[in-house]
Amino acid sequence: MSEQMNHPQSDQDQADRRNFLKASAAAAGLTVAPGVLLYGIAHSRPEDQAVSDKVRWGMLIDTTKCAADCNACVTACNTENALEGRTGPQDSQWIRKVSIKNLQTGAEHHLPMPCQHCEHPPCVDVCPTGASFKRADGIVLVDRHICIGCRYCMMACPYKARSFVHEPLTEQNPEVPRGKGCVESCTFCVQRVDRDETPACVEACTADGHMAMLFGDLNDPESEIAKALKGQRTTEIRADLRLNTGVRYQGI
Amino acid sequence: MASILDRLRTLALAGAMAGMAMAAGGLQAGVDLPKLERGKGDKCVEETQFMRRNHMELLKHHRDETMHKGIRTPKHSLKGCVECHAGAKTGSVAASKEDFCSACHAYASVKLDCWDCHATKPGKRPIHSIPSTAGAAMPPMDSGMAGGHR
Repeated sequence: MSEQMNHPQSDQDQADRRNFLKASAAAAGLTVAPGVLLYGIAHSRPEDQAVSDKVRWGMLIDTTKCAADCNACVTACNTENALEGRTGPQDSQWIRKVSIKNLQTGAEHHLPMPCQHCEHPPCVDVCPTGASFKRADGIVLVDRHICIGCRYCMMACPYKARSFVHEPLTEQNPEVPRGKGCVESCTFCVQRVDRDETPACVEACTADGHMAMLFGDLNDPESEIAKALKGQRTTEIRADLRLNTGVRYQGI
Repeated sequence: MASILDRLRTLALAGAMAGMAMAAGGLQAGVDLPKLERGKGDKCVEETQFMRRNHMELLKHHRDETMHKGIRTPKHSLKGCVECHAGAKTGSVAASKEDFCSACHAYASVKLDCWDCHATKPGKRPIHSIPSTAGAAMPPMDSGMAGGHR
């Protein structure tokens, strides 16, 4: 009985609280808006501020511009991340050049395959320790401090994007720690993205004159990549898995 | 005569005190503290005593901020430590027993696994040589960058 008596009271409280929240949200919106606008133009984030989900980093790869004999993206990735550059079954490869051929028509396509930075990454779903995670801005990473090297994520990834480090390493890039016993994969060159630069592969592809790779914020309608995705037919690899990949392809 | 005796007594007392002080100093020197090179710059990011006890907590906090939130402030970053404390001889913080990290950690008998993954030497950003493809009309790098993406 007393509970019933209390209900109207608590409903009233709830309503008051809701109104208060609405009002404060509106005020916050006003104060935040100039900052957000500035962010949209300058594309930079104060260095002591956390990444936000207002941004989602993505990549568009035009397979018609990707040359058969070019390996610039792979080389740049190896240099940036201090990878050995070997391609054996136990070697780390963060980006691969893949060639596909339609046997009926003979049409050939070449494309780079980095981590696809899924919105719903299977590697994160299966990770037993929480080492595999998606950053707020959509970049999928491995926290090596937490990774126990179980390699479930390697099994779960449909794109074969992840590698395991089998041997002790030296001569790492100070910004890209790597070591034995952990799983690793393409990070979209997160250390460069945090400095407002593009990933090394994209820079190399552009510098080499191919312009096959475009990197940018999928959430910003004014960004080049968002305009390209809006205006052209693009493909997600294994779209049937509905992972909503951050890397999209054109021409396949 | 008495004044000479007084003077001698004062001298003897002073000598004894000096001897005690030396003995005390000798006791302190007997504790074989690790010899560390001073880092570059005037002082550390925090007080030395605080850093001795708490550097690991600061590093652990900062690593999570960097890894998960992308906050790369130089203060309290491991990269910052390495840049200041790399030894003059080896250019590293953990290459020899005398280097900054390994000297103290060997003394305290605390195993370090930071350097399994992290670089022990301060490094420059990698330089990307531009691969050239035969016959491709290559735009200069700057204009290419400006046109390619944001």
